[in-house]
Amino acid sequence: MKKNLTLLATLALTASPLAAQDLTVTSFGGAYGAAQKEHMIDPFVAETGTNILFEDYGGGIAEMKAQVEAGNIQWDVVDIEVIDLERACAEGYLEVIDQSVLPAGDDGVAAADDFIEDALANECGVGNIVWSVVFAVNTENGPGPQTIAEFFDTEAFPGKRGLRKRPQVNMEWALIADGVAPEDVYETLATEEGQARAFAKLDTIKADIVWYDSWSQAPVLLNDGGAQMVQSANGRIFAAIQDDGAPFQIVWDSHVYDLDVWAIMKGTPNKEKAMEFIQFATRTVPLSGMQDVAYGPTRRSAQALLPESVKQDLPTAHLDVGLKADGIFWADYGETLGEKFNEWLLQ
Amino acid sequence: MTSLDTGLSRADAQNAAREVRKRKVQAFLFVVPLLVFVVLAFVAPIATMLYRSVHNPTVANLVPETLAALSDWSGETLPDDAVLTQFAVDLKRMANDRTSGQIADEINRALPGMSSVVKATARSLRRVDDADLATNGAALLLAANDRWAEPDTWRALKAAGRVYTADYYLTSVDLEHTAGGGIVQRDTQIYKKLYVKTLRMALIITLLTILLGYPLAFYMAHASDGLANFLMVFVLLPFWTSLLVRTTAWIALLQTNGVVNSTLMATGITDAPIEMLYTEFSTIIAMTHILLPFMVLPLYAVMRGIDSSFMRAAISMGSRPLGAWYKIYLPMSLPGLSAGALLVFIISVGYYITPALVGGTDGQMISNIIAFHMRESNNWELAAALGSLLLLLILLLYWLFDRFVGTDNIKLG
Repeated sequence: MKKNLTLLATLALTASPLAAQDLTVTSFGGAYGAAQKEHMIDPFVAETGTNILFEDYGGGIAEMKAQVEAGNIQWDVVDIEVIDLERACAEGYLEVIDQSVLPAGDDGVAAADDFIEDALANECGVGNIVWSVVFAVNTENGPGPQTIAEFFDTEAFPGKRGLRKRPQVNMEWALIADGVAPEDVYETLATEEGQARAFAKLDTIKADIVWYDSWSQAPVLLNDGGAQMVQSANGRIFAAIQDDGAPFQIVWDSHVYDLDVWAIMKGTPNKEKAMEFIQFATRTVPLSGMQDVAYGPTRRSAQALLPESVKQDLPTAHLDVGLKADGIFWADYGETLGEKFNEWLLQ
Repeated sequence: MTSLDTGLSRADAQNAAREVRKRKVQAFLFVVPLLVFVVLAFVAPIATMLYRSVHNPTVANLVPETLAALSDWSGETLPDDAVLTQFAVDLKRMANDRTSGQIADEINRALPGMSSVVKATARSLRRVDDADLATNGAALLLAANDRWAEPDTWRALKAAGRVYTADYYLTSVDLEHTAGGGIVQRDTQIYKKLYVKTLRMALIITLLTILLGYPLAFYMAHASDGLANFLMVFVLLPFWTSLLVRTTAWIALLQTNGVVNSTLMATGITDAPIEMLYTEFSTIIAMTHILLPFMVLPLYAVMRGIDSSFMRAAISMGSRPLGAWYKIYLPMSLPGLSAGALLVFIISVGYYITPALVGGTDGQMISNIIAFHMRESNNWELAAALGSLLLLLILLLYWLFDRFVGTDNIKLG
């Protein structure tokens, strides 16, 4: 039935602008997208002559789910946060990738040894970057909060808080701000009481939250005054400070670090081409280019290429104050908490 | 018989009849494209939507054996081990086919919180070998999670397995089935409030467009042709501008550091910026602007046709201007007012894009939730039920309108 509806929709829309593309690659846009375009997409296009449509999305699995269930695959390669990867893979929205075909690092070390452990942990993805969800403050009007607890303290630090409109990371932060130890966060969140506690904590700042959908909106909100502090991927804020001299400060307290992987949409007719792209994009040099936006590369051979000066800006330098995003937890609880989160939003 | 009466031969009559038939066929062929279009673009989607809102075969297709085994289970106690083992085998197969996520979602809709149980169990069963599972499935299932030992869980599975169900309509009005078969209020009340809010916002928008549109249409209808045409451009220009552009313009105006706030602060009316964007207020103001032409155009068309001598006659006979307007002009312009109000109200009840862009969480309407269930939670059945209710609501309002105002009283020009 979904197929029929989609057919109707397709009939109604007739010509699709995507028809002329050899490969559609979807990622998160903004400064990160620009770095990927420079170091991965453009060199690949130059080398192979493939036409690539480079699209943006806001993350999450909803769009993949819709495409696969409707049998209307529009993306070929997609950049996924590992927090969503386990779920997307287990629910059958991604192809299983043959990791044995990945090329060795530029220093000759075989791929299996060159990639860091987590980068090849899931059979549906090949690690791309190590990144982190941090919060950032605009220091133009004086110093902002320096801990997650202070981020939730609207009396000491009034003003709007920009948060990404999904339960992931927000629930974790709410519990940490409420006094749960970082190592107990996921265990607590698996219980009804823990979830209620997280929502109760989020309730205390609900009126001051500005919700956004896509990572690229975070630095914009901070810049135009839409929010005094925002949740963001660390690279976006780094790029805004580095390139535009924005008066922002990255706060690493309780950052939630994660990997991004390249994955292939299930059922795409361009699977071979997609695999060719992933093999290219996860070689040593393209991966090392992600340092432009302060994301750590997932190959040891690429980490060796980084200058000392950028290392302090990478999530890997702050692991002691961080929490590792748990993809398996979110695979199990993503649906339940997603629904509760949405109901909470509407209350 | 006719052939004898009119003196026509049988052949002539047949020819004439054939001619008439041919013309009918020709006339029909002319409307075929329209008919096909209406069926494809209007009747079929609505019929599909109505069907989908009560029909959901996903679970029945995924675990037919388990459901068959559950069919003669009383529902009071835990089903026997054969059922549990069958489900454990099914769950492993689904985990390997990557369909366990689908069944988890479906069971979760019948019993919130089950999604994580199903998924975690499916992941653990993937590693068990088939022979072990076939003999020991029930025990493995019970060991994986305590909730498999609760009859509630199995009632939820059985309920999710029904191919035809009215449950989505219950959810649409914030009700749910209890374990005992009764119907109670859901814990979280969302949709009824949203329907009321949607209707209230549509009503406010309609009243605002009347307030703004009626005097404007009146002025234009009685101005000189040149001035009326000039003013008409100002009504039509925004009408022709892209909806997105107009909505985004409101974002620029209303945002925290936007034009309105900086003006208010520069003139000293307020000290701190007022939060206007991403609220119900911004949705109403932007939609009033966008829908205003739908009010002005039918009003103007009808008012142009009203002879101004009626008003002059009433006033010359001693009526006050306001009284004359109320007794003479208002009833005569009512068809235009009805048409405009109906257009604006019905369009705004189903409006999607403007609340989505400027509404934040506060200004969301029922259509945004329907879109959410279509695009994000992928609960197309619930989206269909919510949509069908909205359709029903609009038909009901139209019927009420017909009862009290009369559809003859609608005129677009």
